[in-house]
Amino acid sequence: MLYAIETTGITKIFEGVTAVNNVSISVKTGELFGLLGPNGAGKTTLINMLSTMTEPSGGSARIWDFDISRDASAVRQSIGVVFQDTTLDDRLTGRENLDLHGRLYGMDSKNRKKRIEEVLSLVELTDRADSIVKTYSGGMMRRLEIARGLMHHPHVLFLDEPTLGLDPQTRNHIWEYIKILNKEEGVTIVLTTHYMEEADQLCGRIAIIDHGRIVALDTPVALKSRLGGDVITLGLENPADMARLCDIYKKNGCAEIVSLKKNEVFITVREGERQIPHVLNLALNAGIPIQSVSLRKPTLDDVFLHHTGRAIRDKEASEAERVGYIIRSRRK
Amino acid sequence: MVKKAINTVYTMWLREMLRFWRSKSRIVGSLATPLFFLIILGAGFSSSFQLQGGGTFDRSYLAPGLIGMSVLFSSVMGGVSIIWDREFGFLKEILIAPVSRFFVSLGKAVGGVTTSMIQGILIMIIAWLIGIRYVSFPGVLASIAVMFVLGIGFIGLGISLASRIESHEGFQMVMSFLTLPLVLLSGAFFPISNLPGWLIMLVYANPLTYGVEALRWFLLGNSIIPVSLSIIVIVSFALSMTVLGGKLFGKMKV
Repeated sequence: MLYAIETTGITKIFEGVTAVNNVSISVKTGELFGLLGPNGAGKTTLINMLSTMTEPSGGSARIWDFDISRDASAVRQSIGVVFQDTTLDDRLTGRENLDLHGRLYGMDSKNRKKRIEEVLSLVELTDRADSIVKTYSGGMMRRLEIARGLMHHPHVLFLDEPTLGLDPQTRNHIWEYIKILNKEEGVTIVLTTHYMEEADQLCGRIAIIDHGRIVALDTPVALKSRLGGDVITLGLENPADMARLCDIYKKNGCAEIVSLKKNEVFITVREGERQIPHVLNLALNAGIPIQSVSLRKPTLDDVFLHHTGRAIRDKEASEAERVGYIIRSRRK
Repeated sequence: MVKKAINTVYTMWLREMLRFWRSKSRIVGSLATPLFFLIILGAGFSSSFQLQGGGTFDRSYLAPGLIGMSVLFSSVMGGVSIIWDREFGFLKEILIAPVSRFFVSLGKAVGGVTTSMIQGILIMIIAWLIGIRYVSFPGVLASIAVMFVLGIGFIGLGISLASRIESHEGFQMVMSFLTLPLVLLSGAFFPISNLPGWLIMLVYANPLTYGVEALRWFLLGNSIIPVSLSIIVIVSFALSMTVLGGKLFGKMKV
């Protein structure tokens, strides 16, 4: 099969608010596909529709050639889902959680036993398999959920913010597992994230999603190189000068893309090292004081900024993160 | 198709059993309340009250009522525990599986009713150990069947409520505004003859009354409501609650 997932104009409207707006994407079989966007962009709603948890308001989607509305049961059998918040039974052991999952998906006893060992060793939880889940750390629980999502040999695995709320070291670990299971198990993976490094590191292709729309879709390299070079960030003393400065740069043609954030101006130029003096001269001649200058290679955040006019980082600790934290701390 | 349905029911039952087995302290706790009632209330009632007609109160009268109460508590609790499954996320894992929601809730009910029957039987045994005598062994077996039917009914009620309750705060409301009045209005603690008119209406509208009366007939050999009527009422209650619970659970949002 060429495409594991194909959506056609899929849309979800909640009480007049459009959460997902006319999204058409195709995910190739075996691909590691990322949905990148700030919280509230519609990533989870899209995943919920594709995993048959929510009915779309319009459009359609096929997963492994099964229609999500007409053939929900076949879709469910073909997918594994790891939700943002834990969905483990924390009074049971890791092995019991996997075993119940295998039973619900109709696996026989011999298959279950064999597969449990496989997925446990994949996420390196074999030695903790018989401990009660309540005693697991956050990272271990996430790994167990990934293992469980793989239990029934799904063709497509959805990971909704797989590293949300985990410390950086654990996050790197989870990234490794995701890469391995994409390669070794050959499973098509769709993950959502609002961490740019995550999308950048892991995904073969990325769809940038904002306000329920796909604003850009390509490989991370292509998305970044389309910005046209290095990013110079200028810190201004007086934010009021920003608009005027941008105009100057645009008129002089030294910057292809200019965008703003708080009191900073971003311009994208080729060969940034050589352009800095010129850029600063233009500002000085216009009498606009510059506080700081920095130069770097573009990141996906610049891509996002370019397409939406906002930075993903702007929303600090997100709602989802806070809720996740509250739930986790209540459990202890 | 049938195999898949049985498999779903069995899986959900298995989960309830695993959880039950892990919470041994809860089992002890849930046995304590009815036993305190039986021993302390039994002793207090016997020494303080005289029945109409002059006989003294026999504490064995309380045993069927306390078994009924225990089945009620653990069944409603078992049904309402879906709220916790939702709160802690496990419900999503079930709802995303390629299985029918109706059989999921049936499995949950069968699991819950098994735990409440175990508790009911334990109380029955302990009551026997402290000297309460039952009329016959077939009567004991029949009363276990009554516990099953009664348990299914109240679990169905619990699942129906849980499917409509939005938060776990609602859980406390259910426990205090539903289960306690049901017990007090069931004749678990007092004979239901000669009650004032307003009270008798409520008592006769309460399904638990018929469960307790049936238990009393099978265990002690006497009851005020004819046993055939009691059985008809609790069986219809169980069937309608199963349908209602399955229906509402099917519509439940996560």
